[in-house]
Amino acid sequence: MSTASVASSARAPITHDSLPAWGPWAVVGGVLLAAVALGSATEVALGVLLLLGVVLSVGVVYVWSRAVEGSRRAKDRSVTIAVTASFLLAIAPLVSVLYTVLSRGLARFDAPFFTETARNVVGEGGGASHAIVGTLVITGVATLASVPIGIMAAIYLHEYGSGRLKKALTFFVDVMTGIPSIVAGLFAVALFVLFFGPGIRLGVMGAVALSVLMIPIVVRSTEEMLKIVPDGLREASYALGVPKWRTIVKVVLPTALAGIITGVMVAVARVIGETAPLLITTGVFSSMNSNPFDGRMSNLPVFAFNQYKFPGAIPEPYIDRAWAAALTLIVIVMTLSLAARLIYRRFGTDIR
Amino acid sequence: MSSAKSVEVSDLDLYYGSFHAVQNVNMTIQPNKVTALIGSSGCGKSTFLRSLNRMHELVHGARVEGSVILEGQDIYAPDVDPVAVRSQVGMVFQQPNPFPTMSIYENVAAGLRLNSRRMKKPAMDEIVERSLRGANLWEEVKNRLERAGSGLSGGQQQRLCIARAIAVEPEVLLMDEPCSALDPVATLAIEELIRELKVNYTIVIVTHNMQQASRASDITGFFNLEESGKPGRLVEIDETETIFSNPANKATEDYVTGRFG
Repeated sequence: MSTASVASSARAPITHDSLPAWGPWAVVGGVLLAAVALGSATEVALGVLLLLGVVLSVGVVYVWSRAVEGSRRAKDRSVTIAVTASFLLAIAPLVSVLYTVLSRGLARFDAPFFTETARNVVGEGGGASHAIVGTLVITGVATLASVPIGIMAAIYLHEYGSGRLKKALTFFVDVMTGIPSIVAGLFAVALFVLFFGPGIRLGVMGAVALSVLMIPIVVRSTEEMLKIVPDGLREASYALGVPKWRTIVKVVLPTALAGIITGVMVAVARVIGETAPLLITTGVFSSMNSNPFDGRMSNLPVFAFNQYKFPGAIPEPYIDRAWAAALTLIVIVMTLSLAARLIYRRFGTDIR
Repeated sequence: MSSAKSVEVSDLDLYYGSFHAVQNVNMTIQPNKVTALIGSSGCGKSTFLRSLNRMHELVHGARVEGSVILEGQDIYAPDVDPVAVRSQVGMVFQQPNPFPTMSIYENVAAGLRLNSRRMKKPAMDEIVERSLRGANLWEEVKNRLERAGSGLSGGQQQRLCIARAIAVEPEVLLMDEPCSALDPVATLAIEELIRELKVNYTIVIVTHNMQQASRASDITGFFNLEESGKPGRLVEIDETETIFSNPANKATEDYVTGRFG
């Protein structure tokens, strides 16, 4: 019949010509080299030229590929280049930040930096041990407060909540996620001023401010993890005559544990570098203080800010200390992220 | 050892919110027999099965009218604790669902441990072995009890779930299409197991597989709905042989002979 023969004659052959494997990448490389050459010859900024070069090579590859291979392959090749370029563009700031912090922070990333404080330090020397301890204590207290609250709130929202109350709570958690950090700081100040009068500065105030920022993140990530625990596991547990609360504690939470821990780590990483709320709650302090309930307490972000903002007559040592503090923060966050990854690998359960 | 019990269902109506899912079911589920429930998809047989241990209540808005009497006690009486009902009426699900955080041993012990029944190690060992033997799984896993339950094959996982269910020694065992995710060999193993289990338990099994119902069950109940949107009804329940050879109802005959559904 005609329909069958029409279909077979209209069908494209399954073989086709193709560009050499190196073709598209040679085009991109050539265009970018030309851009670099042009950049060194003229005044035009290199970044702009590279960007234009990528756009140009996407066009060239598309036209070339379309002529040889047809439109589907041409789209595939040009989109591949565009996606790769976007990825490189997206990680460029990260690489740049890491490089800058490393190259400038290593100058003072030495033993005294981790053993000494900034007490009575004018000019060179001194360290940030008080700020490191402060950051660990403040973030630790904030984590201790936020994790139970956040996990329990998530359990309520996902396992128990229903109707209006649940909707309202979900809405407020979303709103809380978007609170500017300085507002969280001001909240902590306002709260403590009520009890202790104006001018109060405590490490725990900073912890409260950070908790306000952490709780919604913990709630959200825990809720997401509870969502992907299959209902079949809950039902299996109920069918064994296990009460609901025990099912949650013994079956649901252990299954979601690795993901919850990862979420907590993300929340910690998110707040550990907060400067503004700590500046107004913990104050500036240059001696060791590891008691969050006893007066001002230093921490790395505020230390870095303060060193940079108020350098001495010779600013270099101050600036170096600020960069070293920034590097220390990054190291702490990376260590935590790696720890989270390891925990996930070791204890993570494949729940799908 | 547990003692099998009969279940008397009278005038049972099941609803999801305003949707009437199952209408006016009356049946007696006999002890030490396998009762199969067959019928086309959406006719309410799974819903009915889940109402026998109050599992369907987990769905928001689900409710029940009528009574389900388990050995003299209506499980829907106001003073009945659904958790206690479920420890007497166990359930095995369509998808094998061993707890992924637990080993094979812990999975079998889960029902007892999660209910925090304190138990000496040898006593627990004995229960685990007995349950795994009861589920025909002991020989395959006895050397790797501490491995994850999710590492087993689908058929083994399902037998692990059966072992987990019988470890708490229920009186009645409900099975919701326990073989539909399994290959024919694993299915045969489970069916053999079902025949062995009825010595100690009352078993109700929902299945889409007519051969399975005829092979494994003593009594067969046929559920049907007249048209979509209407509630499902129990059309006929009788000895399996009668249902498959000489059913009283035309719809049953059409269904079991494969003329529809």
